[in-house]
Amino acid sequence: MEIVVFLLFALLALASAVVVVSHRNPVYSVMSLVVTLLSLAALFVLLGAPLLAALQVLVYTGAILVLFLFVIMLLNVGRETPSGGTGRGQKIGALVTAAAFGLVVISLLWGRFVGIEMPALTVEYVALKPLARTLLSKYLLVFEMAGLLLLAAVIAATVLARKVGKSRGETV
Amino acid sequence: MTGVPATWYLLLSAALFCIGAAGALTRRNGITIFLSIELMLNSVNLSIVAYARIASASGSLLASLDGKVLVLFVLAVAAAEAAVGLALFIAVYRNRREIDINRLNLMRW
Repeated sequence: MEIVVFLLFALLALASAVVVVSHRNPVYSVMSLVVTLLSLAALFVLLGAPLLAALQVLVYTGAILVLFLFVIMLLNVGRETPSGGTGRGQKIGALVTAAAFGLVVISLLWGRFVGIEMPALTVEYVALKPLARTLLSKYLLVFEMAGLLLLAAVIAATVLARKVGKSRGETV
Repeated sequence: MTGVPATWYLLLSAALFCIGAAGALTRRNGITIFLSIELMLNSVNLSIVAYARIASASGSLLASLDGKVLVLFVLAVAAAEAAVGLALFIAVYRNRREIDINRLNLMRW
């Protein structure tokens, strides 16, 4: 049963990921990335991390991808025009990626995790309380720094995307 | 109940990462490249969660919690990166009226 659910969402994630990188219209790319991220959230639930799945849906598909859609519509990015053939850089990129994937697959299939089944889920593994306790005690400093990072990102995004007024007398 | 082998999750993560990398290396539209990078970030998240589950077999709950916390921080950094990156795209578009990275070669050596 678990295998069926895994296969369903894995295939869904792979298919929509291919659409993300291959579609010419960025709006369709964002929409299929939504499908990919939602199926990854389902896999997180399967792996016993329901909090991460919820955050994945809220933060990624709810906030980040909406931001992407907003910017695409703001910039009015249309369909990509065909460039007429593949460039040299594209061929090299595709080859490097394929070779890297082959290496990873080989190292996984002969690696130490072969034949290991995922351990059964336990109550304390899925529970929220130990996770929250770790986050706010052992990683308290990192947690605060993540907050600072987000604040800095908000300020930077505001400064970068701001329209420079005429009082400055120059454009960025 | 038959469980899912650990390798399958790692293979799926590797496949998603390589699809994203191929997209980031071969596309010309800046937004699509950015989307591919988000895809790569998420595939790494999947493998971190899978490794955390594997680590929970050895009885150390703390080790697997570390993995989950790491994913939380990756999410935070991804949100910050998306905000700044999209603002950069807006700034570039305002000056150049395009985000085709083949023609944005001002910093090329």
